[in-house]
Amino acid sequence: MNTVSVQIIVNGTLYAKEIEPRMTLVDFLRDELGLTGTHVGCEHGVCGACSILLNDEPIRSCCIFAVQADGMAVTTVEGLALGRGQLSKIQDAFCEKHALQCGYCTPGMLIACHDLIKHTPHPSAEEVREAISGNICRCTGYQQIVDAVLYATDPKGATHE
Amino acid sequence: MKAAAFDYVRADNLEHALGILDEAGSEAKLIAGGQSLVPMMAMRFARPSLLVDINRLEELKKISQDEQTVRVGACVRQRDIEFNYSLGRTAPLLKKALSWVGHSQTRNRGTIGGSLVYADPSAELPLASLVLGASMHLQSDAAGLREVEAADFFLGPMFTAISETECLVAIDLPIWHGQRIGSAFTEVSMRRGDFAMASAACQLQTNDDGSLRRISFGVGGVNSTPIVFPQIAQRMIDKPLTPGFAKEVAAEVAKECDPGSDTHVSSRFRRSLAGTLLARVMLEALEDSMLNGASK
Repeated sequence: MNTVSVQIIVNGTLYAKEIEPRMTLVDFLRDELGLTGTHVGCEHGVCGACSILLNDEPIRSCCIFAVQADGMAVTTVEGLALGRGQLSKIQDAFCEKHALQCGYCTPGMLIACHDLIKHTPHPSAEEVREAISGNICRCTGYQQIVDAVLYATDPKGATHE
Repeated sequence: MKAAAFDYVRADNLEHALGILDEAGSEAKLIAGGQSLVPMMAMRFARPSLLVDINRLEELKKISQDEQTVRVGACVRQRDIEFNYSLGRTAPLLKKALSWVGHSQTRNRGTIGGSLVYADPSAELPLASLVLGASMHLQSDAAGLREVEAADFFLGPMFTAISETECLVAIDLPIWHGQRIGSAFTEVSMRRGDFAMASAACQLQTNDDGSLRRISFGVGGVNSTPIVFPQIAQRMIDKPLTPGFAKEVAAEVAKECDPGSDTHVSSRFRRSLAGTLLARVMLEALEDSMLNGASK
């Protein structure tokens, strides 16, 4: 079995591992690093559950081999909040607005919404729907997810930081 | 759903990548954004024994332009084209097509070249490249560089004129000059970002009196490759594009389509959809051309 060495920064920590080239980045995060916040859904780029940030851009971690991310920086859902036991604004809004039921799509949804509000601090409902169009949720009908993002980004609701 | 084992090489430069391809032949496969190839490998429809990664080759990521042509490197990310200001002016149809390609997460990785060489019959970028009259620059170790027109490049579903030792290095898009140029792209799919049941694209330019000076259009998802209709387009020159005329032409195009049926869409519906979408993009492009009085 051929292996390759990779060094990948995940949520600010540098990890060096020997892996098979065929290992996808999501399997690397979950199986090698034990970061099981990122979920594996369809494994062929359709469901969005495995979304992560690679060098600060949202991508699907099932559609890239870990070896390709050598030398790059990954942020997973575990890295969205500032500290342990804390929630980011968007994570908090997901709780407030019941934007999850089973939670399977949630890490991907959070990554997609996190990226949306980074570029569009006060999105319209339509912009939120476009931003999460690549993520499948079978529980919420998407409405509460849209509500959560609008709640988190409401310019009048700045008090719930 | 795990890819079969393979060896991996990250190419240092284009020469290195082409050298490996030349030696390994059909055993090796180039990987760029991987947004089609990685799923294909996960499902084991593709099982290359050697993967040559060209993602970090800066020479394939350049965008340049002269008076006549804008040249886009094959490894330019779809997302980078989407937000490129000068491409928005020189090749607006490309940008419009891209908003229908997958999702932001896939466009952040997916490249223009990858989508073209994958050649899905319903994919947006092959259709846009045909409508724009793009030409593909293919390079190999043995044969050097050659240029293939988009019209000769797409040969069938997932099948192009590229040989297994060649790499698509750049795409040339002719720049349309003058005023009153308009373009439009639309499609219908089961779900946002899915492959289209049918798609249509149009770019046109009008004369001072509103008649057509130039027009190019095509449909995707209905035949084994996207198709354009240069003869029909030629006959439209100097005529005004009325809604009735657009529908007439679209109906003629729809007759020439030969779509298949699947679980979701019958052949008849797909053909009718292609005609409807084509009439729509023609009129949208006309409207767009009226907004573009200023010189490009």
